[in-house]
Amino acid sequence: MSIWKKALATAAVATALMAQSAAAQDVKIAIVVKALGIGFFEAAAKGAEEAAAELGDVEIIYTGPTDTTAEGQIEVINSLIAQGVNAIAVSANDKDALVPTLQKAMERGITVISWDSGVAPEGRMMHLNPSSNALIGNTIIKLAADHLPEGGDVAILSASATATNQNIWIEEATKVLPNYPGINLVATVYGDDLADKSYREAQGLMATYPNLKAIIAPTTVGILAASQAVTDAGKIGEINVTGLGLPSEMAGAVASGATKSFAIWNPIDLGYAATMISYNLVKGNAKAEPGAEIGMGRMGAAKLDDGNEAAMSDPFTYDASNIEQFKSIF
Amino acid sequence: MTAPAPRIVVDRLHSPFRRALRSWETILLVVAVAVFIGNTFLSPYFLNAWNLSDATFNFTEKAMIAFAMAMLIVAGEIDLSVASIIALASTAMGLVMTAGAGVPVIVLVGIGTGLICGAVNGFLVAGMGLPSIVVTIGTMSLFRGIAFIVLGDQAFNGYPPEFAFFGQGYVWWVISFELVLFIIFALIYWAVLHRSTFGRAVYAIGNNATAAQFSGIRVQRVRFILFLLTGVMSGVAAVCLTSRLGSTRPSIATGWELEVVTMVVLGGVNILGGSGTIPGVVLAAIIMGMVTFGFGLLNVPGIVMSVFLGALLIGVIAVPRLLRGK
Repeated sequence: MSIWKKALATAAVATALMAQSAAAQDVKIAIVVKALGIGFFEAAAKGAEEAAAELGDVEIIYTGPTDTTAEGQIEVINSLIAQGVNAIAVSANDKDALVPTLQKAMERGITVISWDSGVAPEGRMMHLNPSSNALIGNTIIKLAADHLPEGGDVAILSASATATNQNIWIEEATKVLPNYPGINLVATVYGDDLADKSYREAQGLMATYPNLKAIIAPTTVGILAASQAVTDAGKIGEINVTGLGLPSEMAGAVASGATKSFAIWNPIDLGYAATMISYNLVKGNAKAEPGAEIGMGRMGAAKLDDGNEAAMSDPFTYDASNIEQFKSIF
Repeated sequence: MTAPAPRIVVDRLHSPFRRALRSWETILLVVAVAVFIGNTFLSPYFLNAWNLSDATFNFTEKAMIAFAMAMLIVAGEIDLSVASIIALASTAMGLVMTAGAGVPVIVLVGIGTGLICGAVNGFLVAGMGLPSIVVTIGTMSLFRGIAFIVLGDQAFNGYPPEFAFFGQGYVWWVISFELVLFIIFALIYWAVLHRSTFGRAVYAIGNNATAAQFSGIRVQRVRFILFLLTGVMSGVAAVCLTSRLGSTRPSIATGWELEVVTMVVLGGVNILGGSGTIPGVVLAAIIMGMVTFGFGLLNVPGIVMSVFLGALLIGVIAVPRLLRGK
């Protein structure tokens, strides 16, 4: 037997073996992220593995390019199509550039969803947002109210007056304000997402409103600056700073007590939910169409809107009990 | 009178067979075959016509630029602005598309923008005598900068459906339009570099520009034409890539200049100029494409691929030197 024949025979056997082991795994779900080596996405992969362990018959392929380029993601997706994965759940580097490749994936029978950072509607079956504007608006008020059982004055320290996201969240927050009796919103100021300006605005709030009980900053720059201003003014315990922040940046403020709790999306839940949705779509337990409800395991169900988008949940609350776990993640 | 001993002009040091056996291209061919066999063993999905066809998209666009870049580097120059030319050409195509232009106009504008960018580089290097590495580092920022000014964080999309053919279309079965273009350009550049007086002039300039000048070669004109060619090829690559992505963003093709140069150097072109072949570049393109695709099939993290390609590059350059005992 020549070496070539041997080689070919071995290849054939190896191929057969691999085909068998592939058949043993029922559903292959690829979690494609913006780039490898980012804490946020590594955490999402953990969530995906959690979902896989719960479901049993799922193999997770966690992958992505080395830098955040659309071209790199396309190369990755092409190799996933070639492997015949059952589902691709992608956080996109470019909402348009991935569309042709993802359409090709769908033509070949692969379930395609986007999560975190979306793909244009024609390139995916559905998109999972970490949260929704209404849920965020409600959460930021609730965070303050939770630590003010008797009510009191609160103020909002936002980014710039023209920041679209923050303005929508503040609008949603003022809508739910009547649900929290005793919470009195006295002012909204703008720190322009600059650390020094936000710090001065927070100082101004403390000077102007002596009865201020909480500062709500729905921006990662603002919440950090405000907690610093409160700490420097020696008002820890008197004024609670809350809002949307990153665990890695806020760990100090939580430890000192300047911030009792704050919120942001939980990447573990996001990876978990994206995997659950992919699985249910692959298995035909649900269809991605407006109005549909797709199960997300312990996260409940995702309800699709007219654009086939869904919001996962309220932003996740971080406090002294879990900050240590998350501060190294993102 | 003692006649001086007749000077023997050696045009071949070894027999053609021995030369071929020890040539760079042979080493690359061995590597390519090894990569191919390795991939076949390691992944059951590799040996599939459609999958291999998909894999060619990993290298066809970069390789088209690499052909022109190979000639430029053989001539002792370099163009680091090629990826930025893609960005600018793609942006220009987006602008005329938004203005309602048809497919032929979009394509012409893409290639034309490449030509103009190449002319700018060529004028600065050949016309003003500036060093090409400095000039093209400058135009690298300049061209992409203009694309960013035009687009900011926006994108052009909504290219006409027929435009998708250039980056997504198939000529016959699994043979994509890009692959055909890659083969045609490989043949053209092979003929130009290895079978024309222009190609001879390129080698002459790369080995000794002053001697070439005194031999009657119009050195600056050749250099100018070489920059025009890299510009045009970047324009062609911009048409293919924009069509494949179906959209334009100013960050398009980020980092491609180094991948193109890697392809050229892996292909055996001396980075200092003077030697190198087009078949070597073709093989290097295929190796890079197949390694990336094969690792992708095994879900090997991209950073490991970068490490492997880096090691491959150093290895392919070092091994022949060690064998020759230099």
